[in-house]
Amino acid sequence: MRYILIIFSLILITFSAVIGQVDPVVTDSLAPVPAPPAPVTEVAVSDKANDHGHALIIEWKRSLDDGAGSNAVMLYEIFRSEFPDSAFKMVGSVPLGNERFEDIGTIEKESRDYIPDNTNLYYRVDAVTIDPVVRTSSEVYGPVQSYSNWFHKGRVPVLTAVLIFGALMVYFVSVARKGTELYVRPLAGIAAVDDAIGRATEMGRPILYILGLGTADMISTIASFTILSRVAKQVAEYQTELIVPCYDPIVMTVAQEVVKSSYLDAGHPDNYKEDSVFYITTNQFAYVAAVNGIMLRDLPATNVYMGKFYAESLILAETGAVAGSIQIAGTDEVGQLPFFIVACDYTLIGEELYAASAYLGREPIMLGSLKAQDYAKAAVIVLMILGLLAINVHLNAFIEIFKVVD
Amino acid sequence: MKRQIPVLLVFVFGVFMIFQYFSPHEYSEWIYKFLMDWIYIIGIFAMALGIWSLIHVSYDKIKNKRHDWGYSVVTLAALFIMMFFGITGFDENGEWGFYFMTQEGLTNPMFRNFFNHILVPIETTMFSLLAFFISSAAYRAFRARNVLATMLLVSALVVMLRFNPYFGEAVGLYMNKIAAWLLNVPNMAAKRAILIGIGLGMVGTALKVVLGIERGYMGKG
Repeated sequence: MRYILIIFSLILITFSAVIGQVDPVVTDSLAPVPAPPAPVTEVAVSDKANDHGHALIIEWKRSLDDGAGSNAVMLYEIFRSEFPDSAFKMVGSVPLGNERFEDIGTIEKESRDYIPDNTNLYYRVDAVTIDPVVRTSSEVYGPVQSYSNWFHKGRVPVLTAVLIFGALMVYFVSVARKGTELYVRPLAGIAAVDDAIGRATEMGRPILYILGLGTADMISTIASFTILSRVAKQVAEYQTELIVPCYDPIVMTVAQEVVKSSYLDAGHPDNYKEDSVFYITTNQFAYVAAVNGIMLRDLPATNVYMGKFYAESLILAETGAVAGSIQIAGTDEVGQLPFFIVACDYTLIGEELYAASAYLGREPIMLGSLKAQDYAKAAVIVLMILGLLAINVHLNAFIEIFKVVD
Repeated sequence: MKRQIPVLLVFVFGVFMIFQYFSPHEYSEWIYKFLMDWIYIIGIFAMALGIWSLIHVSYDKIKNKRHDWGYSVVTLAALFIMMFFGITGFDENGEWGFYFMTQEGLTNPMFRNFFNHILVPIETTMFSLLAFFISSAAYRAFRARNVLATMLLVSALVVMLRFNPYFGEAVGLYMNKIAAWLLNVPNMAAKRAILIGIGLGMVGTALKVVLGIERGYMGKG
């Protein structure tokens, strides 16, 4: 019996040893629990500058166990509460090595991410180890409040530039009003408009005016409206047909009003046909197909492209060239300028599109604004040269003056 | 009065838009968002005007049997067919019905067939025409008529031929360097000069519009 017990005990011991070898859980349960890391220090929370509020910036000094010491810190978790000692809610986390977190909330009160403005808030930062239970909290920082800013300090250089430019405009407009002759260099493209309308009248063919793919809120489209009004006025005087197919329905509505007013100003309101300005589609290539069809069927004597153009510019201009029309183009879309230059007879490059209205009108106020633009350009050239010199002599203070922060 | 009210409205909203760029305040953002929403609302109403304009012009052509009026028949037929299939469809239970504010119309098989097998190929065809137009435009642009045109031709050849695999590594590398210089120095300088001019022109035009100096958009240029 004693031998049987000894054998049974040996079997049990052997079996336990085997179990112990194959079952790692037994070994793992004996793994040491990491020690709590050193806490982060110097926690500081401030309102995020130049924003609409509802956002704070939390900064701290890393834990001594982050990348050094016991090297136990894996990440930092940031907590926020409206009370100094309770109800803390985690608002985000950053990996080890970081010392900054932006707590950006939403404006909507119903949202989970809402951060109330002008309310006392408290923050704490936890240094967390690989075992999320093992962590060390920093001291609670607070109270701190977020608030909206009425002025974006990072945009002071832009404001200064706008004010200087505005002052230049007012000055030159007043100079022009006093009767001082202001020289504006000739724009071949605009000078050609008169000849082109005359040609269309002689040939008895229509004038096609394309406002581009821009919407009514784009400056290039607004400039195009001004040129359209001048063209429509002359068309009304010469009693030529005008065709204005539109891409955008709002642009169509404005263009109808522009053409109508021009006919009225020219003293020929009865000659205005509402159908001369019409909508086609807001689909880019469907619009191109329709306009190309008009070009090839109606064979307009003159095609005028003024406004915003994209990939369709060359398709339109080449079809116009095939149809044998005189073509005048103007756009501020730099990528499309080469296409217009090769396919059209005259092209207004960039800012010339905006200058066209002043050039056409020859009104002192308009010419004064053009002069202001020229002086502003001269100022930009001078500043660019100064900037180039400053960066080469490491005069960073000068560069910083012009820095715009978003 | 008819002209003063629009000018006043443009001034007020123009000044507000300048103000809101410099003011990130919550109230300023809220008004900005509110005004932007109005652009969508106006756009939707304007779309109705646009469609009416298209129908009116096309119908007038058909009625008066004007030159090539057959195209107007196709335009109107396409408009109404797409509209019909766009607002009708089958729901989850397979029942046919009208759907004005839901996605069922857009999943209508007929709508999708017309869109995928007629509209998309036509659009692709139009876009692909660009390749041929670029060739004809390049032929005109690169004729060596004078010194400047010859420089343009040579520059264009260098920029284009750098991708040619038959030149070998050494020549390709050399051409790559010249092309990079052409694109990054003279080309970029000219581009930026134009962009600076455009920027100033935009600010100038915007200020003229806000101050009521430029009234071309009202037909009073």
